[in-house]
This record gives sequence, C-alpha cells and structure tokens, in this order.
Amino acid sequence: MSKHHVTTTVNGDAVEFLADPRETLLDCLRDHVGLTGTKEGCGTGDCGACSVELDGTLVCSCLVLGVEANGKTVNTIEGMASGDALHPLQRKFIEHAALQCGFCTPGILVAAKALLDKNPDPTEEEVRYWLAGNLCRCTGYDKIIRAVMDAAAELREAA
Amino acid sequence: MNYHLATSFEEAARIAANAGGTTRFLAGGTDVLVQMRAGMVLPDDLIDLKAIPGTDAMTQLADGSWQIGVAVPGARLGANADLCRDWPGVVEGMELVGSTQVQGRATLTGNLCNGSPAADSVPGLVAAGATVVITGPEGSRELPVEEVPTGPGKTALNKGELISEIRLPARGDNAGDAYLRFTPRTEMDIAVVGCAVSLRLDGDKIVEARVSLGAVAPTVLLVAEAADAIIGTTLDDAALDALAAAASKAAKPISDKRGSAEYRIEIAGVLAKRAAKIAYGRAKGDNK
Ligand SMILES: Cc1cc2nc3c(=O)[nH]c(=O)nc-3n(C[C@H](O)[C@H](O)[C@H](O)COP(=O)(O)OP(=O)(O)OC[C@H]3O[C@@H](n4cnc5c(N)ncnc54)[C@H](O)[C@@H]3O)c2cc1C
Ligand code: FES
Ligand code: FES
Repeated sequence: MSKHHVTTTVNGDAVEFLADPRETLLDCLRDHVGLTGTKEGCGTGDCGACSVELDGTLVCSCLVLGVEANGKTVNTIEGMASGDALHPLQRKFIEHAALQCGFCTPGILVAAKALLDKNPDPTEEEVRYWLAGNLCRCTGYDKIIRAVMDAAAELREAA
Repeated sequence: MNYHLATSFEEAARIAANAGGTTRFLAGGTDVLVQMRAGMVLPDDLIDLKAIPGTDAMTQLADGSWQIGVAVPGARLGANADLCRDWPGVVEGMELVGSTQVQGRATLTGNLCNGSPAADSVPGLVAAGATVVITGPEGSRELPVEEVPTGPGKTALNKGELISEIRLPARGDNAGDAYLRFTPRTEMDIAVVGCAVSLRLDGDKIVEARVSLGAVAPTVLLVAEAADAIIGTTLDDAALDALAAAASKAAKPISDKRGSAEYRIEIAGVLAKRAAKIAYGRAKGDNK
C-alpha cells in the first residue's frame, strides 16, 4: 500500500505528511499533524465533532480523505484563538457554561464561527439549523445557542 | 486501496474499465467514506473526480438549460440564485441532504449513483426531466435520470462508465416545481416518503406535469398516472384527490422501522397533493 505525500496549509502553516489513502483527514490531523483538538465522535458524518474548514467550507473531516486535502487550506479549532486571547465564541461558551464534557465543543465552535463569518446576524432558528449536524450529549443545546447568539452580538458591536 | 486523481472523464473511465476489483468514484465522499468506515464497501480502486476541469461548474446555456458539474456540492446549488429561481424543487431536495457539513461535500450525482430509493435529490431531478451525460470506454450517451437507478445500490452504468454532467432543461414560463419529504425529525433523517412535482400552466390550467415518488419502491418512481390526474385541471379538489389516489396506487413500499407500508402509501398521496399545490403556486409567481 503506497503512501501519498500530502502538502496542505493548516491554520496558516505549511504542513506535510504521508497518508495511507484510506486515512481520513481527521486521522491525519490527529495522528500525523499532532492536532488533537478535532475530535472523532462517530466517524460517519453524524455528530460534527470532527468539523473543520476545508478551503473555507465547513466539512466533517471524517468524511474527507487525507489525500483530498493536498494543496488545500484547512482550519481547525487550534487556529481559533489568537495566542492567549480566546475568540469571542470561546469566551462566550465559558461564560454561558455551554459545555460539560467538552467533547462536542471544538466542532461546534468551528461550525459556529463558519456561520458567523458568513452571516453575522443570524436568527436563533438559523443557528439551530446550521448546527443541526453537531450533536451534544450533555448540554441540551440551549446554552450553546445562547452563547452563539451572544458572541454574534459582541462581534457585531466590535465590527 | 489505490487512490487515483483523474484529470479527465476519459481517464477516469479508462481506470475504471481496467480495474479488477471493487471500484468507486469519489465525488463528495459522504456515502463512499461512510461505507468504507462500516466495512460495507472497501474499494480496491477509488477514482477522485474533483480535479477534472469543469466538475465544479454550474452553467446556464443560452437556451436556458443548465449543466451541473458532478462535483458541485449542495451548498453551492443553494447559493446560486438563478438556479434557485428556475428549479427551486431540485435545489430544495438536495438541500435536505444531511447537515451543513454534509452540504459542503455531497453532490447530486453521488446522491443519484449511490442508488438509495430514499435519495432526496432524485425525485426533484426526475420531475424536472433532468438527464445525465455518461462517459465510458465506448464514448458517451445521455440517459433520463429515472433510468439511472435500477434497484437499491444499483445503477444502469456499465463497467467503466461514469456520469460526466447533469442536465436540467430550460424552465420556461409559467412553471414551477417542488419537493417534499416526510421524516420523523426535521433535520438529519431519511425520507419515509418523498414526492416531487413539476408543472406548467396556461392561465390557471395545468398543461404539463411530472410527478415523482421516493422511498416507496426499489427505485425512485416517475408516476405518469399521477401527472395525468392533474393535467388539464386547475388543481381543484377533485384533481387533488385523483392525484393522491394515483400516487398512493403507484407506491409499492416495504415496511421498516421508519414506517409501515400502509402508512407510506397514505403519505405518498398526502405529499403529492401538498407538493403539487406548492409547485402550482410557484408557477403562479409565489416565491415560496
Ligand atoms: C450524516 C449524513 C446525512 C445524510 N443525509 C442524507 C439525506 O437526508 N438524504 C439523502 O438522500 N442522503 C443523505 N446522505 C447520503 C449522502 O450524503 C448523499 O447520498 C450524497 O448526495 C452523496 O453524494 P457524494 O457526492 O458525497 O457521493 P460519493 O460518496 O462521492 O459517491 C456516492 C456513490 O456515487 C458514485 N459516484 C459518484 N460520482 C459518480 C459519477 N460521476 N459517476 C458515476 N458514479 C458516481 C460513487 O462511486 C458512489 O458509489 C447523508 C449522509 C450523511 C453522512
Ligand atoms: S466524527 Fe465526523 S461527524 Fe462524527
Ligand atoms: S458537552 Fe458533552 S457532548 Fe457536548
């Protein structure tokens, strides 16, 4: 089984790795690039814990092969804070206690940021539909939605 | 598994024709990767189509018809205002597929070729009269969408053949389409029944119609009797009842955990009525 040489940009840095063609982008990020913030919940596209942006599009990294990322740009949860300064979404998740075990959180933050980049003033309904592919077994979702709405409001004021 | 990044349809067809074992094409991968993960399908050769020029394009030709590339994901169909105006039913079918994340990858062609009887974008394509262009070792041919799936997980494509383009006819005036599915959950669920209707009016009277049902037979169905029930009418109550009866009669579903056969037969008629009303409204200029 020959491995493929993959060159990508991850959170702004040039990254290279060798991928077995059967490995997903999620496997490659965690096992070859050492970025373990992106989580595997289901491995089949149902839970959203593995959400990343690929060339600016929100995707499940468990449904993308590592080799498909060649020449592309990947943004993960590790790229969200600027140094020690948390992104407003991250801060609001803490303030609103929008996480318990935290396993779903990286995926939800990446997905929510993709929404706010596109639509800075979403309705609650739009947030709920956008995040329908992100499952959380702990919070019951309400706190997550409130945190996203609050972060959106803060980002609009800052803009 | 050998991963191939094809740069033309001819090359992809050649690789597939010469492959010995299990072969899959890779568009969005939202079926292929799930099946690999489950161990259901472990391809020996996986042929990625996304580097072929033009596969990410949506083009409206001078005659008003559309060419949709085989790698265009659902999210991009929904972002194309002209396509949404012409074929809202086709777009809404595709947009029901999966989550935001899945929409970033999943394609019409993958949905069609995966061969699920419940594939959400297929009834809309069938009602629209869409066709596919197929490239193979022997050249290319065109097939109506309803002739592509031949059973669950099966298609009319021969070894070495693949779809190189989806074609939607020009919408023309006084026309509308719609797709509705019934699911227990509003998001992230598989259709118990799906129904698409496309029609054209002359004044208040329906002069053309196509009705398609999903998830009620081994393949998505084109139901001529259901279309005949509304052609020549103004979609009055009698026509709606005849439509529902024809749709229910055409439904030959199985019973499973999502719904019994009796229930699906009933719902097929209900959805046909509702989808026809929406399509009729759109033909009259409603924006919803
Ligand atoms: C979480 C989740 C939710 C989903 N929800 C829905 C839903 O609500 N409704 C629904 O209908 N589906 C759903 N799906 C299934 C799937 O997303 C769709 O069927 C999707 O449209 C498949 O497109 P794709 O581009 O990802 O296909 P791929 O996985 O790339 O390919 C699917 C099949 O088509 C073949 N193929 C691809 N391109 C070609 C071509 N050009 N020529 C010939 N064969 C080709 C492949 O060989 C493969 O067999 C869901 C999937 C997931 C993971
Ligand atoms: S791990 Fe990718 S969606 Fe669950
Ligand atoms: S906080 Fe535990 S799954 Fe969401």
